[in-house]
Amino acid sequence: MTFLHGIAASNGIAIAKAYRLVEPDLSFEQKQVDDTSAEVDRFRQAMSKSKAELEAIRERAKVDLGADKAAIFEAHLLVLSDPELNAPIEEKIQSDKVNAESALKETADMFIMMFEQMENEYMRERAADIRDVTKRILAHLLGVQLVNPSMIAEEVIIVAEDLTPSDTAQLNRQFVLGFTTNIGGRTSHSAIMARSLEIPAVVGTKTATEEINNGDLVIVDGLKGEVHINPTPELVEQYRKVNEGYEAQKAEWAKLVNEPTVSSDNHHVELVANIGTPKDLKGVIENGGEGVGLYRTEFLYMGREQLPTEDEQFESYKAVLEGLTGKPVVVRTLDIGGDKELPYLDLPKEMNPFLGFRAIRLCLEEQEIFRTQLRALLRASIYGNLKIMFPMIATLDEFRAAKALLEEEKQKLLAEGQKVSDEIELGIMVEIPSTAILADQFAKEVDFFSIGTNDLIQYTMAADRMNQRVSYLYQPYSPSILRLVKMVIDASHAEGKWTGMCGEMAGDETAIPLLLGLGLDEFSMSATSILKARSQIRNLKKSDMEKLAQEVLNMQTTAQVIEAVNAATK
Amino acid sequence: MAEKQFKVVAETGIHARPATLLVQTASRFDSEIHLEYKGKKVNLKSIMGVMSLGVGQGADITISAEGNDANDALNSLEETLKKEGLAE
Repeated sequence: MTFLHGIAASNGIAIAKAYRLVEPDLSFEQKQVDDTSAEVDRFRQAMSKSKAELEAIRERAKVDLGADKAAIFEAHLLVLSDPELNAPIEEKIQSDKVNAESALKETADMFIMMFEQMENEYMRERAADIRDVTKRILAHLLGVQLVNPSMIAEEVIIVAEDLTPSDTAQLNRQFVLGFTTNIGGRTSHSAIMARSLEIPAVVGTKTATEEINNGDLVIVDGLKGEVHINPTPELVEQYRKVNEGYEAQKAEWAKLVNEPTVSSDNHHVELVANIGTPKDLKGVIENGGEGVGLYRTEFLYMGREQLPTEDEQFESYKAVLEGLTGKPVVVRTLDIGGDKELPYLDLPKEMNPFLGFRAIRLCLEEQEIFRTQLRALLRASIYGNLKIMFPMIATLDEFRAAKALLEEEKQKLLAEGQKVSDEIELGIMVEIPSTAILADQFAKEVDFFSIGTNDLIQYTMAADRMNQRVSYLYQPYSPSILRLVKMVIDASHAEGKWTGMCGEMAGDETAIPLLLGLGLDEFSMSATSILKARSQIRNLKKSDMEKLAQEVLNMQTTAQVIEAVNAATK
Repeated sequence: MAEKQFKVVAETGIHARPATLLVQTASRFDSEIHLEYKGKKVNLKSIMGVMSLGVGQGADITISAEGNDANDALNSLEETLKKEGLAE
């Protein structure tokens, strides 16, 4: 048995067989063939196997993901049986006497190039369909298995280099018990997804895909950040016990579902959840969330071929607002760019994507995309308690520009006779140090702040959070970060406004006492962290935490802060 | 040979789903079926051929069919175009 150490990204323990989500090797050599008709037969066989496979995937996708998502496989099937693709390949095999792999590749490449050169963006994306189909036929010619995550039909642990949003969109939650990846940290997309799916995950193991074979029995220990490959029966038994203990503790926390979040000296704070899709609502309600502090709308735009329409967005926003029956829902407008790409927008690659054309910067430039989202939000506003916030605001001008667009769309909707709520609070994410520093001025114009700690830390420390070599600079308890947090909270209170936090830090056991002491009003975290945090806060005294916070603001290092928190809360 | 002219009214033109529907319909018939737009003629049973034309809203297109079921094919395609609100 082997043992891997990684980063505990999502709590819990999972034991199941491994499913490797790794692209197989599809390389081949060009060869001359003598028996060309046998080669054509081999090509036809690969075609019919690919067709059967795609049909099965399409049927499963219809059930699991809906007809909308299944349409892509419909398109793939048509490409597969396209006479304009097939006939030239067979001709090439016969006239050039080459193997089917080469004939396929050359012909497909010609079409891919043709589509990639088209002016229409939609047509350029069709090149990807041809590429996908070619890969599938090639895999059958070479006798290797492509990964088909949507076809998983038994309980598994996913093993991958990394998981992208479109990978996770295809996973069937019923069968994926946990996952482990080579790269990533606590704040990478894969880790955030794991917490929102409530499945254990260990990321950043560096070698999971090398060490683990398909079908190996794997234990993912998301509490300690360990992965055990082909463990002894004794270890499995031991882990089942650990899991029972963890489940028992969860049952204890579960008693707090309907309890208010108050400190021992009776100060109330709001514990709300971060969500990505309406599907996550179930978790919010089951875990006693008092609302949603961050609805990441990017997922509406990801794992698809084109922008979501106004109506599609409206339906999602409405579902979330109605699902929470009047509890606050803070929706963050499109935050794309950085580590979250949308292939169909065709944005140029940047040297520093985290410092580049992303989030509100993109939305203020690509106004049609932004206006569509704003209209959908405004129309949904009458179904609940909607609050809107803009991501990556660096200047007041940006906030004013975004607000002006919202106001314009609101007036248009009213003129069209649509109903729009008059009570939508409008806030901003505080992720950029310039905004934290100028919070007193922002507070005069915004209704609330929400501190995004993952980015605030990365920008304050000048440390790319995707770069593991500088991950030691991810220091949420650094006095520098805490001072910025304090500036923001104090600035909002001075104007009678409120401050929330929707980064990882808000659900962190060591940070919570400090944030309570600094006066944070709203803590937004993975739904699964809510009950644990509520249990913790109910045992803390706010007046003591205020003193603690005052002390740590004048400390020198992160280590000192952690020590002080431990001493004060033990 | 049978042929018929249409004007594309769908906002998206003949992309994605509409193209899929037309190719699926055409593929049910034995006849040779072609789509012509701006002097370019492609096999209507080829999704890549159809999409490569980039037929947009307002386009004038001609569909022609040759073979023993040419008339049936043309009627079916016309029905699909109208039922889906693609062309008239």
